Amino acid sequence: MSGNELLQLGFYLVVLVLLAIPLGRYMAKVLQGEKTFMDVVMGPLERIIYRACGIDGQQEMTWREYAASLLAFNILGIISLLLLQLAQGLLPLNPQGFGAPRWDLALNTAVSFVTNTNWQAYSGESTMSYLTQMAGLTVHNFVSAATGVAVAAALIRGLTRRQANSIGNFWSDLTRTTLWILLPLSLLGALVLVSQGVIQNFSPYVNVHTLQGANQTLAMGPVASQEAIKELGTNGGGFFNANSAHPFENPTPFTNLFEMLYILLIPVGLTFAFGHMVKDTKQGRVLFAAALVLFVLMLGTVYSSEIAGNPLVSKIGIRGASAMEGKEVRFGVVNSALWAAITTVTSCGAVNAMHDSLTPLGGMIPMLAIMLGECVFGGVGTGLYSLLTFVILTVFIVGLMVGRTPEYLGKKIEGFEMKMAVLAVLIPSASILLGSGLATVIPAGTSSIANPGPHGLSEILYAFSSASGNNGSAFAGINANTLFYNLALALAMFIGRFGVIIPLLAVAGSLAKKKIAPAGAGTFETTGGLFAGLLSGVILIVGALTFFPALALGPIVEQLMMWAGKAF
Amino acid sequence: MSKKSGLDRAILGQAVKESFVKLDPRALWRNPVMFVVLILAVITTYFTIRAVGGAGKNFWFDLQIALWLWITVLFANFAEALAEGRGKAQADALRKTRSETVAKKLAGEKTEKISASQLRKGDVVLVEAGDFIPGDGEVIEGIASVDESAVTGESAPVIRESGGDRSSVTGGTRVLSDWIKVQITANPGETFLDRMISLVEGAKRQKTPNEVALTILLIGLTIIFLLAVVTLEPYAIYSGTILSIPVLAALMVCLIPTTIGGLLSAIGIAGMDRLLKRNVLAMSGRAVEVAGDVGVLLLDKTGTITLGNRMATEFVPAPGVSPERLADAAQLSSLADETPEGRSIVILAKEEFNLRERDIAAIGAKFIPFSAHTRMSGVDLQGREIRKGAMDSVARYLQEKGSEMAPEVKAAVEDIAKKGGTPLVVAEGKQALGVIYLKDVVKGGIKERFAQLRRMGIKTVMITGDNPLTAAAIAAEAGVDDFLAEATPEAKLKLIREYQGNGNLVAMTGDGTNDAPALAQSDVGVAMNSGTQAAKEAGNMVDLDSNPTKLIEIVEIGKQLLMTRGALTTFSIANDVAKYFAIIPALFIVTYPQLGVLNIMGLATPQSAILSAVIFNALIIIALVPLALRGIPYRPLGANVILRRNILIYGVGGLIVPFIGIKLIDMILTVLRLS
Repeated sequence: MSGNELLQLGFYLVVLVLLAIPLGRYMAKVLQGEKTFMDVVMGPLERIIYRACGIDGQQEMTWREYAASLLAFNILGIISLLLLQLAQGLLPLNPQGFGAPRWDLALNTAVSFVTNTNWQAYSGESTMSYLTQMAGLTVHNFVSAATGVAVAAALIRGLTRRQANSIGNFWSDLTRTTLWILLPLSLLGALVLVSQGVIQNFSPYVNVHTLQGANQTLAMGPVASQEAIKELGTNGGGFFNANSAHPFENPTPFTNLFEMLYILLIPVGLTFAFGHMVKDTKQGRVLFAAALVLFVLMLGTVYSSEIAGNPLVSKIGIRGASAMEGKEVRFGVVNSALWAAITTVTSCGAVNAMHDSLTPLGGMIPMLAIMLGECVFGGVGTGLYSLLTFVILTVFIVGLMVGRTPEYLGKKIEGFEMKMAVLAVLIPSASILLGSGLATVIPAGTSSIANPGPHGLSEILYAFSSASGNNGSAFAGINANTLFYNLALALAMFIGRFGVIIPLLAVAGSLAKKKIAPAGAGTFETTGGLFAGLLSGVILIVGALTFFPALALGPIVEQLMMWAGKAF
Repeated sequence: MSKKSGLDRAILGQAVKESFVKLDPRALWRNPVMFVVLILAVITTYFTIRAVGGAGKNFWFDLQIALWLWITVLFANFAEALAEGRGKAQADALRKTRSETVAKKLAGEKTEKISASQLRKGDVVLVEAGDFIPGDGEVIEGIASVDESAVTGESAPVIRESGGDRSSVTGGTRVLSDWIKVQITANPGETFLDRMISLVEGAKRQKTPNEVALTILLIGLTIIFLLAVVTLEPYAIYSGTILSIPVLAALMVCLIPTTIGGLLSAIGIAGMDRLLKRNVLAMSGRAVEVAGDVGVLLLDKTGTITLGNRMATEFVPAPGVSPERLADAAQLSSLADETPEGRSIVILAKEEFNLRERDIAAIGAKFIPFSAHTRMSGVDLQGREIRKGAMDSVARYLQEKGSEMAPEVKAAVEDIAKKGGTPLVVAEGKQALGVIYLKDVVKGGIKERFAQLRRMGIKTVMITGDNPLTAAAIAAEAGVDDFLAEATPEAKLKLIREYQGNGNLVAMTGDGTNDAPALAQSDVGVAMNSGTQAAKEAGNMVDLDSNPTKLIEIVEIGKQLLMTRGALTTFSIANDVAKYFAIIPALFIVTYPQLGVLNIMGLATPQSAILSAVIFNALIIIALVPLALRGIPYRPLGANVILRRNILIYGVGGLIVPFIGIKLIDMILTVLRLS
């Protein structure tokens, strides 16, 4: 790795942490209903929204009420987004005159955006009208991210409250996250992006004559406003099919850096916010440290694998970073690798390089990151609660060894919490394994893959991982717009989202009811390097043990075969 | 295993037999991990036998896998049976003492002989010298010496009398002298002895909350690995390989947490067994587990922290009196005093001034015993008149003789009282010679014990009826963290609730009826066997030795139990890494020869790799049985030190050991040509 590249990676991480720390403090205040400087603007707006919807934001909810409100909101969201797409041909702001997408595609897209997955089985520029993109997809980019933060906030309340029955108010969490956190940051982001040349218009597509004399249609649209929240909310659904590899989405090296920062900003900030909310910043720092260790490990693997490149290519005389297939020349290897790592450890899924073309090992890491449950910083909110799920597992497995029944932040981890935490890990894993297992043996599944052999298996595995992990990035190389994949992946996205949220809300409810045991010399310490190491170890081992056989038959064997001189 | 651990041939033989009996699916159902192994064993056996007629070139291989799967289940059963065996042996011994006794039921003035099994709660029986007490009860009249060795193993007889805290009697014990009338407090089948038998047999054993939580985790892991293995088949089909059922079953058994799954119940039973060895009877496994979590220990001062009797520690002579003279007089006056205080004075004089104990009859002395009237004791000897007693009684005695106590003596008395001691004034004739300092002596080593507890994160609170001044002095000397002086049952109860309100778990010991509410309220209530029935009912453990210091050991056993569980769980999960490296390349080496790189152990053939992993998986259960039964060693250190140690041994060790083990087995298999 050259000094310059190391510098780029280091610079990115330092800027990220410097921004995330104050944001974490601010988010903690917002989620705890404390005063902030934004109250002047957002306070009245919040009251108007509550009055219009007939909501009492102060009303405390039990976990069941919280979960019911959340489910109702999200299911209504899926239905309305589905209807909006089916009706887009009749609605305004549709200069290209796009008709309704096929029903299975529309359903897949609706579930995809509501679950913060943003799996796109379509090309944005040739399927969706401006109205659908703005009033449908962008709205859900906001509220799906806010839903994730709400669940994280509820779980934190469960950990901090003493013998309480309630875990907060879903509507309040949703509204405050959107107004205080997401809206101001994406406004700011959109402005920055526009200044760099990201387009924001309602024009029809433009026909241009290229220098070579050919005709090219340039897709237009309100891109910047969607681009900012796409990264910020770790949604990842690009306006264009090429996503952040498209010059109108990601025109300059600065926007590339800016967008990468935006992806990880809130997930990293939330680990610090956690520390503030549990009144022990060390607890937040240890989560950050554990995730950072895994992140750097993954980043290093992707990067070195991409730099090593494909020996088959080197053999024919091309030297240096040979694995440029599927990468933007503008970004090069280091920024493509960094982006790939960032986008998959978070549940973002926006891409600036095509993961299908990464080296097998370089492509396995993004897949593993998703399979680990999107807990390495992860999505907005989802990352924190997935990480806390692993904290509960770690505390339970390892904590017993100090001779006390396991407890986290003074809360005893007992049968019920264990059942729910295990479900939260089990459900997405089951969805990935069973979904891809089914797809590998039925013709409807295998006919979509573009490459035979282990690479095809990787493509299928990646698709179901991405959907179940609510990531939304695609390995490409697989035709996902088929009836089978649209429905199977929609189901995977739904299960992967709510099959984790509901058990964790139950954990929150059960923890809130418990007493808090005071910490002492005999208490298992959940701060410090040892715990960070244990936490990342448990995440890796549980993830690796679950998916090793599948990965061995996919990317691992492919990499080995590539070394042996056979590519797919 | 050494003979010391009490595992004789009979128990081992019984355990081997039990391992087969426990194959019954209805019993095995309680252990989900082993139940899955059983199902896989059955399936593998079926496919192996079915293949006999066919091509069957893998017959020997499949058969070996099937056999080892059966052995895995048997090993787990054996571990459980072995743990139960010790308890069973003890229960049998108890049962022998409970021969059919005849009860003398009182009906008015007459007694009626009925069988003990016909007695009901509330019946009153007469028990005379030589009779067995027919059931648990409360002495309502009389006093008797009782041989309780059947229950406690302690051969010295104990006194049982009506009223007070020594009124409870246990069925199956024997009255040695005198007689008592006993009101029966338990119906047949519910007596202490019955409960004890069923507890040690494990018949009533229910899963403890932590065991339930751990089982859920193990089920979760089992399902995850079930999915990983089941979906491997379609991936394999896609990749152009067909995996045989026995091979998939082998992989599955290797991955699911069989080690901890097989040993979990043995660990729990062994924990109760370790308590039993220390003569503590836990009413439930839950209580043992909770003991590990205890954050506050409430300890009675008397008997736990102090020796229980005041001891002479110092002679403070009056002005003009030599210490030797005071010691001599004090010793003379105490020669016939058989109370522990009196003995301690004699010993102190001997130790400090080398004054030999004298035979009171030989020197012609006349002992004046303590009387309620004078409130003094003493000795008359060759015209000398020596008295000792509390200050006011001695002052009155001197006044009668027309003398007065020196102000220095008075000052010394007050000083001693302030320090929490008891002053005894010694007078000879008209003169007060000085003061004997009787002190509550803190038990040797107890301060270090409390420091240990503090390092373990456990707070100690001394409970005493003394005034706050005295209590504070003793508390400081003993090194407890806090004390409750002038303790009443209500104050105790309130203190427990306070600690619990702050999220602490509280353990305490008690024996009296007035302790019952506090025992019931505390999370771990250890009742002394010498205590009342009410206390025993209220607590969740009974200490048969009636030794209050044992609370500390109970906490350690609880912690050890949890640590053993955690260590073996970690070990079990860490083991899987190596097993993957053994099996995955073996499964697919034919389709993808490149995967041979993953065979980092260099196992001879795919078959030997799979077999080695399965055999290792089975053998590790049996290898860890001693550890499960003994528990991993516990040291009273802070959580972090313990954690680091255990992670190193069971986490890192768990990663490395199977690599070595599997390789060794592979080498042996290759030599024996078994694969």
